[in-house]
Amino acid sequence: MRARPVGRNRPLRAARLRPGDILHVGSAGLRSRPMRVLLSAFGIAIGIATMIAVVGVSASTQARLIRQLDALGTDLLVASPGQSMFTGEQASLPEDAAGRIARIDGVTQVGATGLTAATVRRSEQIAEDETSGITVQAATEDLPAVLHARVGVGTWLNDAIGRYPAVVLGDVSARRLGITVPGQRVWIGGRYFTVVGILDPIPLAPEVERSALVGWAGAKHWLDFDGHPTSVYERSGRSDQASVDAVRALIAPSIDPENPQNVKVTSPSAALSAQAAAEGAFNGLLLALGGIALLVGGIGVANTMIISVLERRYEIGLRRALGATRGQIRIQFVTESLLLAGLGGLIGLILGSIATGLYARSAELPWVVPVWTIGGGLGSTVLIGTVAGLYPAVRAARLSPTLALHAV
Amino acid sequence: MSAVVELTGVTKEYPGDVVALRSVDLHVQEGELLGIVGPSGSGKSTLLNIIGTLDRPTAGAVRIAGHDLSTLSDRGLSALRAQHLGFVFQAFHLVPGVSAQDNVAEGLLYSGLSRTVRRRRAAIALERVGLADRMRHYPHQLSGGQKQRVAIARAVVGRPDLLLADEPTGSLDTASGAAVMTLLRDLSRDGATVAVITHDLEIARQLPRQVRLVDGQVVTDTGPPLSRPHAAVELA
Repeated sequence: MRARPVGRNRPLRAARLRPGDILHVGSAGLRSRPMRVLLSAFGIAIGIATMIAVVGVSASTQARLIRQLDALGTDLLVASPGQSMFTGEQASLPEDAAGRIARIDGVTQVGATGLTAATVRRSEQIAEDETSGITVQAATEDLPAVLHARVGVGTWLNDAIGRYPAVVLGDVSARRLGITVPGQRVWIGGRYFTVVGILDPIPLAPEVERSALVGWAGAKHWLDFDGHPTSVYERSGRSDQASVDAVRALIAPSIDPENPQNVKVTSPSAALSAQAAAEGAFNGLLLALGGIALLVGGIGVANTMIISVLERRYEIGLRRALGATRGQIRIQFVTESLLLAGLGGLIGLILGSIATGLYARSAELPWVVPVWTIGGGLGSTVLIGTVAGLYPAVRAARLSPTLALHAV
Repeated sequence: MSAVVELTGVTKEYPGDVVALRSVDLHVQEGELLGIVGPSGSGKSTLLNIIGTLDRPTAGAVRIAGHDLSTLSDRGLSALRAQHLGFVFQAFHLVPGVSAQDNVAEGLLYSGLSRTVRRRRAAIALERVGLADRMRHYPHQLSGGQKQRVAIARAVVGRPDLLLADEPTGSLDTASGAAVMTLLRDLSRDGATVAVITHDLEIARQLPRQVRLVDGQVVTDTGPPLSRPHAAVELA
C-alpha cells in the first residue's frame, strides 16, 4: 500500500455525501437504539393518528350524507301556503296549483298533498284526540313518483281504488298505528278505511311519512276535503343549483301572480346539505388536541436528539477526524430527526386510518381518509422533524473535532 | 523527498494563560516513521491536534501535505483530513453493530467514493492488516489488538499522506501492542508516513526518529532519517 505523492497545490474540496450515504449515516444511530426510536416516534404517532382520525371520521360522515343527497336528488322543491302579508292569516294555494307548476318550463314531475281535518285511529273505540301525531292528507296519484317514494307493501292509490275508502300509510304512521300488512282497517273521519299499502321511509318528506294518504277524489267525498293543496312537490330532474334556482323563482309567481309572497317555496334537501357542510367543518377542539399531542411528540423527538448528540460526541469527533464537514454532521442529525419523526408520522397514519376504519365500520359509514390529511400529516412530520433536529444538529456540528482524541 | 509536516514557530495558548506549545519547529519528510514522546501535560496531544488539523495554532505557520492551514476554512480543513490524513485512536472508536469491513469503509465515507468502491477498498485494507478472515465480524467479536488493527485499516484505507496514531498501544496488552507496532513499522516500510504519539519511552525507542516534548517545547529531536543507518539499509 504505497502512499500516493503528496498533493501539493491540489485544490482542497470537500466531497459531497451522496443521498444514499446521507440516509445511511442518518439512520445508523436509529438502528442501534430501536427501543428508544420506537418510544419517541410514538409521541408523533399519537398526534398524527388523532388528527387523521378526527378528519377521517367527519369526512366519512360527510361522505355518507353526500351519498345520501345524491341518491335523493337536490331538485325537489315544495310549494306551500305562506302567511298573507296583509291579513296575517294563513293563505291557501289555489286548487289548480299543481297544474300551474307543471306548466313551468323544466318541471318534469309534480305531486300534491292536501291536509284534511280528519284524524286516523286504529278503531272507533279509541278517543278522538289520540291522533298519534298522524295527519290525514289527500294525495295526488303521482305523489310517490315525485317523492321517489316506494310502496313497501301493498299498492298505491290509483283512480279506481281512490274512489273507495282506501288509505295508504306513511311508514311512521303505520308503525304508530301498529299496522304491518295491507287489508287491515283504520277509522278515519267517521268510517273505516281499508289500508291498501304502506310506504317505505321518505327522507326528504318526513311529513308524508307521518300521514295517512287518501285519494284526492275520495278525500273530497268522504272527508270534506276542500280541494286546496297544502304542499305541491316538484322535480325538474336537474340537480345543479342554477336549474333548481331558475325553477324556484317561477313557482310562486305561477301559483299566485298577484301575491307571490303568499306562496312559500322550500327545498327539503337544504337541511341535509347544511348538515353535510357542518360535518365537513370537523371538530376544531379535537383537532387542537391532536395538534398539542403532535407538539409534545416533536419536543420528545428534540429531546431524544439532544441526548443522542451528547452520547455520540466521540462518534462526532471521529467523523470530523475522518473528514466530515460541519454541514455533513448537521445533515446527519437532521436526517436522523427526520427519519424519527417520519417513522412516527407513518405509524400515526396507519393508526389513524385504522381508527377511522373501525369507527366507519361500526357506524356503517363509508371509510374515507382524505388525501390532503395524509399529505398534511406527512408534511407536518417533516416540518417537526426538521425543527426538532435543527438545534441538536447545530450543537453537534459545533462540537470540537478534537473530541475523539480525548476519549479513553 | 517532500515535507508532509512543516511546523514553524508554532505556539498554542489556551484561555487562562496556559501555554501548551512554545514555538515548536517540526519537519516530517514523506516516508518517515517518528515518535512524538513526552509525559502527560507536555503538549503532545496539542501537537497532535495541530498536526491533525483538528485545531489551529495561536501563532506560527503550519503546512500539512503542502497546504497552509491559515488559508483554509473549516470546510477546507475537513477536506484535508479526508484526503491526506489518517487517525488511529487509543480508544479505537469503532462503530458498534457494524462489521469490520463497514467500519473500515467508513474511513472513505467523506471521500466521495461510492459505497461499492469503499467496501472493496476496505476489504483490501483489512487484508493488509492481516484480518482478511474477520471482515464480517462485529467489533464486540474482536480482541483489543484486532480492533486496533481494524482502526489502522480504517486510517490507511484512504492512503493518507500521514498516519497519526495517538497512543495506539495504550489500551492493549504487551503482545497485542507489539503486534500493532510491528504493523505500523510494516506500513512505514511500504512507504507510509507515520507519526506515533505516546508517553511510553519504550515504544518511542523502537522508532527511527524520536521527538521529545517537555512543557510544550521540543527538547530532543533525533533528526530526519536520511542520516540514519536504518534509511541507509533501505536505500541499499
